[in-house]
Amino acid sequence: MNLKTSYLGLKLKNPLVPSASPLARSLSTARELEDNGAAAIIMYSLFEEAINAETESLARFLHHQETGFAESAEGFLPDHHDFENGLERYLEQLRRLKESLDIPVIASLNGVSVSGWIKHARELEQAGADAIELNVYYIAADLNQSGPEVEQRYLDLLKALRSQIQIPINMKLSSSFSSLGHFIKRLAEAGADGVSLFNRFYQPDIQIDSLRLHARLQPSTSADALLRMRWIALLYGRIPNLSLGATGGIHTAEDAIKLLLAGADVVHLCSVLLQRGPAYLSLILRGIKDWMEEQGFESIDDFRGRVSALSIPNPAEFERTNYIRVLDSYSPAPGVMI
Amino acid sequence: MSQHNRVTLDGNEAAAHVAYLTNEVIAIYPITPSSPMGEWADEWASLGIPNLWGTVPEVIEMQSEGGAAGAIHGALQGGSLATTFTASQGLLLMIPNMYKIAGELTSTVFHVSARSLAAQALSIFGDHSDVMACRSTGFAMLCSGSVQEVMDFALIAQAATLESRVPFLHFFDGFRTSHEVNTIERVSEEIIRALINEERIHEHRARALSPDRPKLRGTAQNPDVYFQGRETVNPYYAAAPAIVQSLMDRFGELTGRRYRLFDYVGAPDAERVIVLMGSGTGAAEETVEHLNARGEKVGLIKVRLFRPFAPSALIAALPRTASRIAVLDRTKEPGSDGEPLYKDVTTALARAFSDGQIAQLPRISGGRYGLGSKEFTPAMVKAVFDELKQPQPKHPLTVGIIDDVMHTSLAWDPDFKVDALKDVTACVFYGLGSDGTVSANKNSIKIIAEETGSYGQGYFEYDSKKAGAITVSHLRFGSKPIRSTYLIGDHEADFVACHQPVFVKRYDMLDKAKPGGVFLLNSPTPHDRVWDDLPARMQRILIDKGLRFYVIDAYGIAAAAGMGRRINTIMQTCFFAISGVLPRDEAIARIKQAVEKTYGKKGRALVERNFRAIDAALAGLHEVRVPDQVTSTFDRPPVVPEDAPEFVKQVTAVLLAGQGDRLPVSLMPKDGTWPTGTARFEKRQLALQLPLWDPELCSQCGKCPLVCPHAAIRSKIYPAGLLADAPPGFKHTPIKGKDFPVGYHISYQVAPDDCTGCGLCAEVCPIRDRTNPAHKALDMVPAAGLQTAERPCWEFFLRLPDYDRRQLDPTKIKHAMLMQPLFEFSGACVGCGETPYIRLATQLFGDRMIIANATGCSSIYGGNLPTTPYTFNAEGRGPSWNNSLFEDNAEFGLGIRLALDQQHAQACELVRRLAAQIGEDLAEALLNADQGTEAGIYEQRERVTALKERLRSLDSKEARALTELAESLVRRSVWIIGGDGWAYDIGYGGLDHVLASGRDVNLLVLDTEVYSNTGGQRSKATPLGAVAKFAAGGKPTFKKDLAMMAMAYENVYVAQVAFGAKDIQTVRAFLEAESYAGPSLIIAYAPCIAHGVDLANNLRQQDLAVNSGHWPLLRYDPRRITSGENPLLIDSKAPSIPYRDFANTETRFSMLAQTHPDAAERFLKLAQKHVETRFGLYEQLAHLAVQKGAVPGR
Repeated sequence: MNLKTSYLGLKLKNPLVPSASPLARSLSTARELEDNGAAAIIMYSLFEEAINAETESLARFLHHQETGFAESAEGFLPDHHDFENGLERYLEQLRRLKESLDIPVIASLNGVSVSGWIKHARELEQAGADAIELNVYYIAADLNQSGPEVEQRYLDLLKALRSQIQIPINMKLSSSFSSLGHFIKRLAEAGADGVSLFNRFYQPDIQIDSLRLHARLQPSTSADALLRMRWIALLYGRIPNLSLGATGGIHTAEDAIKLLLAGADVVHLCSVLLQRGPAYLSLILRGIKDWMEEQGFESIDDFRGRVSALSIPNPAEFERTNYIRVLDSYSPAPGVMI
Repeated sequence: MSQHNRVTLDGNEAAAHVAYLTNEVIAIYPITPSSPMGEWADEWASLGIPNLWGTVPEVIEMQSEGGAAGAIHGALQGGSLATTFTASQGLLLMIPNMYKIAGELTSTVFHVSARSLAAQALSIFGDHSDVMACRSTGFAMLCSGSVQEVMDFALIAQAATLESRVPFLHFFDGFRTSHEVNTIERVSEEIIRALINEERIHEHRARALSPDRPKLRGTAQNPDVYFQGRETVNPYYAAAPAIVQSLMDRFGELTGRRYRLFDYVGAPDAERVIVLMGSGTGAAEETVEHLNARGEKVGLIKVRLFRPFAPSALIAALPRTASRIAVLDRTKEPGSDGEPLYKDVTTALARAFSDGQIAQLPRISGGRYGLGSKEFTPAMVKAVFDELKQPQPKHPLTVGIIDDVMHTSLAWDPDFKVDALKDVTACVFYGLGSDGTVSANKNSIKIIAEETGSYGQGYFEYDSKKAGAITVSHLRFGSKPIRSTYLIGDHEADFVACHQPVFVKRYDMLDKAKPGGVFLLNSPTPHDRVWDDLPARMQRILIDKGLRFYVIDAYGIAAAAGMGRRINTIMQTCFFAISGVLPRDEAIARIKQAVEKTYGKKGRALVERNFRAIDAALAGLHEVRVPDQVTSTFDRPPVVPEDAPEFVKQVTAVLLAGQGDRLPVSLMPKDGTWPTGTARFEKRQLALQLPLWDPELCSQCGKCPLVCPHAAIRSKIYPAGLLADAPPGFKHTPIKGKDFPVGYHISYQVAPDDCTGCGLCAEVCPIRDRTNPAHKALDMVPAAGLQTAERPCWEFFLRLPDYDRRQLDPTKIKHAMLMQPLFEFSGACVGCGETPYIRLATQLFGDRMIIANATGCSSIYGGNLPTTPYTFNAEGRGPSWNNSLFEDNAEFGLGIRLALDQQHAQACELVRRLAAQIGEDLAEALLNADQGTEAGIYEQRERVTALKERLRSLDSKEARALTELAESLVRRSVWIIGGDGWAYDIGYGGLDHVLASGRDVNLLVLDTEVYSNTGGQRSKATPLGAVAKFAAGGKPTFKKDLAMMAMAYENVYVAQVAFGAKDIQTVRAFLEAESYAGPSLIIAYAPCIAHGVDLANNLRQQDLAVNSGHWPLLRYDPRRITSGENPLLIDSKAPSIPYRDFANTETRFSMLAQTHPDAAERFLKLAQKHVETRFGLYEQLAHLAVQKGAVPGR
């Protein structure tokens, strides 16, 4: 049985790729993922804000911590030795992952503006990253900013990044675009090698006793996968040389199979691995294999995209009709009298 | 001195350097001023730096100094080389083990930065009281008087203890030597190896306990042999002085620095000689040289080895011509006819005379100097020499104070200056503790010492306040080693810098300037107008002394360079640009190098903006033309108002003016008792922004006074009629809600001179203007305009009466916050997480509260002079407060409770006996009063007044006794307050015992999860993975669950609270705890600057701590058992955010990801699992079925 797939021009042994998460922070966890079948690994994101904030907080709390009070005059936190900043640690972790893993390692950058941090991409490339995923964590909350302006921000970022590096670039996107397909096509034209659909943003919540906001991350559920499935299905086979990754809500072998059927080149796993541990990846892989055996599929290519918009008799079902059918599913069968 | 071996460091680092290299086990416990020695050792160990034998010493923090001494004793018995560092009460806690270690002839060195002992008051500063309390332990005592000597004697002591088998206490003066930065020659590893005899180490190991060589030590001996056993050690003590001398000689051969047991300096034919030890020898030696150069015949004996005392070496060192001797002790032994050194020297001389070794017995005076780091200057030394010229020199004498009670003190001439000062450049810097002045100055000393080959000295005067602390840096540079062990005095400074514009109106800093010196001022006022900002007195000095005056707008430059309010590099650049101590370009290059070294790896952006600031500083520095006329029409205003109480005017005002040295003995309270309510006289005006209240928008929720750490925003309600006298701009609005009478108004008022500008009140304010969300019912606005306008409003607000407490329902925040805080304007940090809890307790119970306070932050902001934040209400009632020690606070508070209970029982008994005479009804009411409410308390007070009235007419012994005890019939609230260092570590045994006692006390643990006061050392409350001092690699174990441990008693009321997360739960917990008639324990989460988070985020951090499950809120009320309910209530929800999201916001956690990334990740995962499991456990406990029943022990 052949589970091979191609993603961002990389040859992968199967379509399961853990997405950017803290899992890659530890070498042993990363190895565990590889041992359990991960075909590539995406590192946790290098955040533009995090690098800046780290520099500032170190300045504030390590270098500027004197108090002037006799018993704690020098401050509180020990800082007698030097250490590296976030970027250097990230590069070091990337090098270590490359050294100890056989699978491709994809670095992840997270930023919203074209600024100094884009040049870090070259350092990531030099440190051995097989590809870079650009995660633009941007909420278009400015009422004076038009849709095209928002899209242009992404395109500018992508172009800036493309000019720095030769390795493939994957764009991780949210679903909040008015004409997503068109936008993705433009990204492909601007040099993107793939897209991952979709980003899940932290949703701030309101605390009713303090009347304050607090951020909380809800782990995804399988229900989240349906949105991804629709868009992968709509995009499959329509933009040349663009890899499609599905991310968000893939918790079971069944979820993964559906997304492959919709046309995904890879499926990303995160919440499920955080909840159940790296070994769970092998169960999903086994599930895919078992299903393929039952169905008589020899390779991923045998079934990828079989239920995409290109391959089903009525593609409109993925569009508006799909909405009607969902409602319809609450209706009794035609032969039943209400 | 070979320049390559020169280092610039302080005494603590010097001692730690040798101790670390020559030991294998280091057991430590934080105590000022010795803590940095342990911190260095921990830091070096966390970096894997090996000792002399290639292993990394085991550095372990214990729960107390007693524990550290025990661990050292054990490590020594296990055959290791072991050491510890301590001071003051810490050293006292080691005494029992010191007897054991010495009795067993065990080689070790304890390094002590000698500090005062707590007597009439605590003092963190230096003297020899602590080490003198150890002189009978059997430890040898070797004293260093300078930073160089600290490094040298640390080694000599280590070699000598191995050679002699006598344990050594190596000590040096706290702060003056432990914290003085000086340029010295480093003792290299080669020299250490050359002096330490490996053979002796083998012998030490061979004496260790081992099952291969079974033996028994620590027998119990009976009258037949104990005495003989005690005498066996004598030969070792007899041999020790010669061993020390021979090692000093060997050390001299190796380094060129030669020492004697008693070093004599001065005229070989001196007539008058002073004997002393410690840092005072520096000032004394300079004076001796100065006086001898003018034809006097004086000398000085520096005592090095104080124990074993070697009389023959002393007699040999003393010139035969000496006929007058003053022996000066830096300690006090009340009731003795002289202090220890004086008595030893006197005895030695008397013996030498009686043995015929000397022909004449000199006249000897004993005296005291320098207690609690009191200045000891050449002028004072000269005063002693002058006194020795008198026919009848004083004995006992004191110098450095004005003793107008026993008239022991000597007068000194403040204008006396020694020749040594002529060869040095002296510079004084006035800065804020937080503006980086001190670190920049330390860096400057290093630059100058390394660049010019000069010697540098830095000493830093610190503040007693934590918020807005002021530092004065005293720097000296010269071509010879600097021994001036005293502050830079008046007319001595070549360079005076004022780093804060407001200081020109507060400090007479130019008094220090030398004629022709330089004055550098940081001021936003342009150079052509800055003259007008100066008070008349300052202008006069600038003119009279012919000072060169420079100004720079450092804040402006810092802001433009993106450095916020960080001005240290800018001011350092200016110092080098105009002081002339180094060629300007060289100096600037070196500052840039230092910046590169500090920030290089961690952030290019930081380096670049510092460079920008340095360049801009040079461009922005201007010389101001000093006019020849004083033009200013103002001077410093009086420190306290005219109508202040007499004591405040006589004493407090002098302290506030920084003139406390001038206060004579007679004005000091004799037994350490001080009035409360004086913080209000210290108008510190720290706030750059003040809250502005919008009465129309306000919902009157009361959250702003609740979160205020300094009780600087208050609420009152009052009849609107009282507003007739209100000053213009006084804000008020009709009270909302049905709880209050019609026609009443409410005001939320800021104390404009006492607010520190932390902004928490505005942060917590939940009410936004819906049409302008940037505007809240409280907004922070620039203080400049508001301060003057709010001042009369605050005065008026204070005059408004307080609302009748009986009418308030304290379970509601709004009501509780109408109660007057009896803890106000403390010196706690801006945004402090602890003080709101104390303020709340004083609002609810302050008028009947007695507080036992453990040493720590809360005892410092609560009880550190010059002023006291605890205060009293209009009836004159308020908290009565005492701080016993660090370790005994729970027991101390229990003792107070026992006394009160005894008095209450006795009063009740007398009421019963006198019932017929005072009236049966009154007696009955007094005995059975329900004092569970404010009304109940009020009525009981009324009854007590009536009782006293009736007793007045009765003339009997019992009636008089009852009059004295009558007040005790009113319920008293005993509060035992302290931090986690006390509750979790050093005082845990006592706390546990008090919880088990069943007595009615309230224990409030202000949990900052670290020893905050001593500078952030880890405690058992420190969470897993948090970086702290003594846990530089992250704390590898979980935080102790104190609440769970207390709940195990079943009869203890336990609450875990966080006011910033759920204020109402906090208030209810306080009320329940206080009303519970048994022991109550409140564990209060208190964000602290030690967490590496700005306290503007204080409330957010509490919220994150609770939401992540780090700090579950709970109340365990044993009373619920009696009604069949589960006593445990969980007041917070299951963890709703990842633990990581809490931890990443605090540098104490996040920095570990930078220094030890793998460990950080492992700890975060463990912590996540832990918070979930613990919450689950609590939930299960809270849902267990409970059998209705009685609570034991009540």
